[in-house]
Amino acid sequence: MSKYEIVIGMEVHAELLTQSKQFCACPNEAVAPPNTNVCPVCLGFPGSLPVLNAKSVDLSLRTVLAFDSKINTRCIFERKNYFYPDLPKAYQVSQRLLPLGEGGFIDIDVPNGDGTSTVKRVGLHDVHMEEDTGKSQHGESIGDPDSSLIDFNRSGIPLLEIVSLPDMRSVEEAEAYMTALRQLLLYLEVSDCKMELGRLRFEASLSLRPWGQEEYGTRVEVKNLNSMKAVRDSLRAEIERQTRILDSGGVVVQQTMLWDEASGTTQPMRSKEQAHDYRYFPEPDLVPLDIDSAWLERVRASMPELPRAKNQRFIEQLGLSSYEAGVLTSSREIAEYYEAALEGYTKSDGGAAKAISNWVCNELLGRVNAQNSSIAEAKVLPAQLRELVQLIDAGTISGKIAKEIFDEMFTSGRDAKSIVEERGLTQMSDTTELEAICEKVIAANPKAVEDYRGGKEKSFGALVGGVMKETKGRANPALVNELLKKALTQ
Amino acid sequence: MRLTSEEVDHIALLSRLDLSPAERERAATELSQILDHFEQLKQLDTADVPPTEHVLPVVNVLRADESRPGLPREGVLQNAPEHAGGMFQVPRVVEAE
Ligand SMILES: [Zn+2]
Repeated sequence: MSKYEIVIGMEVHAELLTQSKQFCACPNEAVAPPNTNVCPVCLGFPGSLPVLNAKSVDLSLRTVLAFDSKINTRCIFERKNYFYPDLPKAYQVSQRLLPLGEGGFIDIDVPNGDGTSTVKRVGLHDVHMEEDTGKSQHGESIGDPDSSLIDFNRSGIPLLEIVSLPDMRSVEEAEAYMTALRQLLLYLEVSDCKMELGRLRFEASLSLRPWGQEEYGTRVEVKNLNSMKAVRDSLRAEIERQTRILDSGGVVVQQTMLWDEASGTTQPMRSKEQAHDYRYFPEPDLVPLDIDSAWLERVRASMPELPRAKNQRFIEQLGLSSYEAGVLTSSREIAEYYEAALEGYTKSDGGAAKAISNWVCNELLGRVNAQNSSIAEAKVLPAQLRELVQLIDAGTISGKIAKEIFDEMFTSGRDAKSIVEERGLTQMSDTTELEAICEKVIAANPKAVEDYRGGKEKSFGALVGGVMKETKGRANPALVNELLKKALTQ
Repeated sequence: MRLTSEEVDHIALLSRLDLSPAERERAATELSQILDHFEQLKQLDTADVPPTEHVLPVVNVLRADESRPGLPREGVLQNAPEHAGGMFQVPRVVEAE
């Protein structure tokens, strides 16, 4: 065990799923030809005036409600002043004194390393609305070491910043936090969370302190993290770096580090903009927000069931295992698929929830994942999966044949019934017909019959296999068992 | 309360102002007078006065989330001192390693 306790906090920027930008009507698009989604407002032209996007406030409210934050129903925007070429007004409209949300929490599942996990509550400092900056490319990457190029398409895209408390104590906890937060934002449909497009961005701050020490060590911010893997790898590298410094009696310097994927190290960020003195003041171009209870209730009514509540309900009311519930609620698409497939279906023995869960978790997701695809793109629709399971339940087809049929359904999107009819796969449940086949198999396998009568239970399986072979797997297995036993005891 | 010359330099840097020694001296005097004035204001009891968030008695000015195309790019770039590949070109901002 290391000599130091790890302390991690996270700052997350999520671009919101709106049609237009935060303060102007330019399209909010992640990909577009440079400087085509721009206007006087998001280019910071003098005399232009911002007008707040109502949808973006709704989405932000949905998020702070999900975090159970204290909501500042009267909140204001402020200017955060600094000079940087991708910030055309030389200030970013943000919130500081009265952010939309204060406090709140996210519950995360921290793996114990043995397949189980423990729930931990990570506190939030605040959640505030702001606007994104433009995007710049520098030097060698653009073939000119002395220049930077700026694209303002991203300038003014609605942004929600979610600042956690330094509550995480390991890289695993930081990962669990990211997973939980991403899952929540996707359920809430406030962001598409595409990290590769920068729609969701994580920044970590990390410090070490000797075990038992009350006060935090010097914290270092790590930026340039465009995947979950980058967060994990950079934190590990930074822990190693800080451990080396402390072990040799050195002092960790407070600074911002950039993750360098190629070398697998964190490097100090060197920017000409060093003076971080933002001189916040209330934005005179935007009047305060005053959110009344009717507004809040309208947003509350638009909220979906959240993943934790869904998970709990699947376990308690549907009788699923916590593993199954975890898989089925891992994304809103999967959960909605499952619930749609289950809708209106009750099984004679009450096991419909379990049966459908097995098909979704194993057969469907197995194939979807093998193709690196998503459940939303699956050709088999929920109602078609339900019909397949109903065919098994009614004894029309066997479970084994059902898997073959599902293969065909998965590639073609056809209905189970039409495949069954076309291929003549209907389960044989005709007693007279099956009795004859059982007799035939018994007659052809005197050795197995003798062994079975002599007490070798295993030989029974060989006889069942014989019947299945004769019927090309179509025989109703329960009926075969019954008929064979009857025939053998005669 | 007189501002130190370091404080004046810091404010000048934040404002991107390149001050001559004479200008710096004048700024120090004038800014100090302004601060003195605020020191005087601080003597007022404002315990029962709500903070002024905005000078207008108006709240909730919002627009519906509807997009419209941006400006034509030729227009956007026409006043840029330099541009390349449809982007604004500026002196390099992040120093090389
Ligand atoms: Zn715009």
